[in-house]
Amino acid sequence: MQALRTNEAGLRQDGRMERLRLFGLSSPALVLILVILVIPVGWLFYLSFVGSDGHFTLENYARMVSQRSYFRIFATTFRVSILTTALCIVIGYPLAYFLSQVPTRVANICMIAVLLPFWTSLLVRTYAWLVLLQSRGLINTWGISLGLWHEPLPLVYNLTGTLIGMVHIMLPFLILPVYGSMKAIDGNYVKAAANLGASPRRAFWGVFFPLSTPGLFAGALMVFILCLGFFVTPAVLGGGKVIMVSMKIVSNIQLFFSWGAASALGVVLLVLTVAILWLASRLLKLDQIAGRGH
Amino acid sequence: MKLNIAIGVAASLLATTVIAHADEVTIASWGGSYQAAQSKALFEPASKATGITVKQETYSGMSDVKLQVDSGQVTFDIVASGSGSAAHAGADGLLEPLDYKVIDVSHFYPTTYSKYCLGGDVFSTVFAWNTKTYGDNGPKTWADFWDVKKFPGKRAYRNGVAGALEPALMADGVKPEDVYKVLDSKEGIKRAIDKIRELKPYISVWWSSGAQHAQLMKDGEVDMTTGWNGRFDNAKADGAKVAYTFNQALLDYDCFAVPKGAPHKDAAMKFLAEISKPEYQAELPKYITYGPTNKDAYATGAISPEMAATLPSAPENVAKQLPISLEWYTKWEATASEMYQEMMTE
Repeated sequence: MQALRTNEAGLRQDGRMERLRLFGLSSPALVLILVILVIPVGWLFYLSFVGSDGHFTLENYARMVSQRSYFRIFATTFRVSILTTALCIVIGYPLAYFLSQVPTRVANICMIAVLLPFWTSLLVRTYAWLVLLQSRGLINTWGISLGLWHEPLPLVYNLTGTLIGMVHIMLPFLILPVYGSMKAIDGNYVKAAANLGASPRRAFWGVFFPLSTPGLFAGALMVFILCLGFFVTPAVLGGGKVIMVSMKIVSNIQLFFSWGAASALGVVLLVLTVAILWLASRLLKLDQIAGRGH
Repeated sequence: MKLNIAIGVAASLLATTVIAHADEVTIASWGGSYQAAQSKALFEPASKATGITVKQETYSGMSDVKLQVDSGQVTFDIVASGSGSAAHAGADGLLEPLDYKVIDVSHFYPTTYSKYCLGGDVFSTVFAWNTKTYGDNGPKTWADFWDVKKFPGKRAYRNGVAGALEPALMADGVKPEDVYKVLDSKEGIKRAIDKIRELKPYISVWWSSGAQHAQLMKDGEVDMTTGWNGRFDNAKADGAKVAYTFNQALLDYDCFAVPKGAPHKDAAMKFLAEISKPEYQAELPKYITYGPTNKDAYATGAISPEMAATLPSAPENVAKQLPISLEWYTKWEATASEMYQEMMTE
């Protein structure tokens, strides 16, 4: 009896030690997160309450409430990000599906075409769109000389141009995870569905699509979050008509010479983003979906 | 012969002493063709003449200076800056007051130097138009720039408040000399912004850089724009169909400033004194069509009368323009910017 209890206590202590040791193994990662994530965000948070005179102030936040332009800039940022994400899904999902169905050799060649833009500077791609889309650019010149339209279409220096540029840049971020999760789907499931009498459409929507959603959500989320912080593309292709938070952060630094005004914008964007993700995860049961795929 | 050798030895001794005491300055500017022009006309020759070694860097504006001053790691001795942001930075305590006992500004245009900022070149914010669209009858005043019936076509305008409100008031009938009086209140600023609001449906691009407005004219993307004169001259040299006038333009200047706690402050003052001399200033227009801030540069003979006529600071061009008021920008820029942003995001 006595020996048994000692044994039990010893085992419990061993277990505790082991847990501690395992936790110790993760400590480099924790330190890394602390250094590159927690401290900077905390510092950002602190700065947002410091005025240009170096004292505690709420003026950086008060400005955002009193000036309607801030509300509109946030609205634009989210609108552009949502539209870009939606367009990426509409274009990227079928493309990924196509890639997952063709023979691997063909898929690899197509994949190079998808990845190629990744290796080109973002700035270069953005200016390339400018050359193509402007009123005397390639697309308008051809369209007019072919008689498709008569006046140059306003394709750039507005929301349209911004979306074209951003969708182009963001597309690989959607296609890659979607393609990955599609490749992981066992083709026998779809065959089984067909065997049980499901039409191809039914088999796709009932079996294939649900299995591909983890990749779709991961990709869409990544695109959405990257869009929120976009600077170069809307600045160049938006022609000053699409003002996003990142652009306002830059102009605040230059205008007020105070990190506070810019930090407050960063904090609000962060809080709003986290809130939206939380809401999305509640509504879409993100964890479950992500868990079911693997 | 002996004497010659002695002189030679003395001279080389003198030279080594100069080198031994030689100082160095680090200068940060905007890069591109602008800094290249400054380098060839000002920095390199002045470095040779003074024995001060020059290290050049590029930077992205006074926010970089703010970062250096705040962290106590100042590496720049001299920065090239827009006059407005230099005034702002000076008011925020980021700059050293300039030593006008060392730097001689007695022949400068009086509006081109201030406590913290020494004019390096004069430029103009002008309106430019496409000569293919309007032929010989281009716009002549800001009122014409606003007149979309007489001059139909797409416009481009500045995406920020700098140099954007003054034209609007002149278009609204305010005399150039009264512009800053009217602007010295929220109502006056609102009047200017309302005038821009009127033109807004015809503004197809809000430009953010000199390279951009030059490109817009070159591509024929817009028919009329505001912008900096030197850029349009460059675009024209590249074959763009563009013309501009100094009439009702805004006379502005780029300047040099010394960050607070600059490591070689005294050498910086000496160096600034050197590059402010007319003989250096007269060289700058050969590389970029910005005018000298030192009036005596025109008397050196290095600037031909034909070239002088094209420069913003030529006396007959100065007379047509409204000098920018830095006091106004220091006092109102932040407020006006917020109001401008309201108008732009509507």
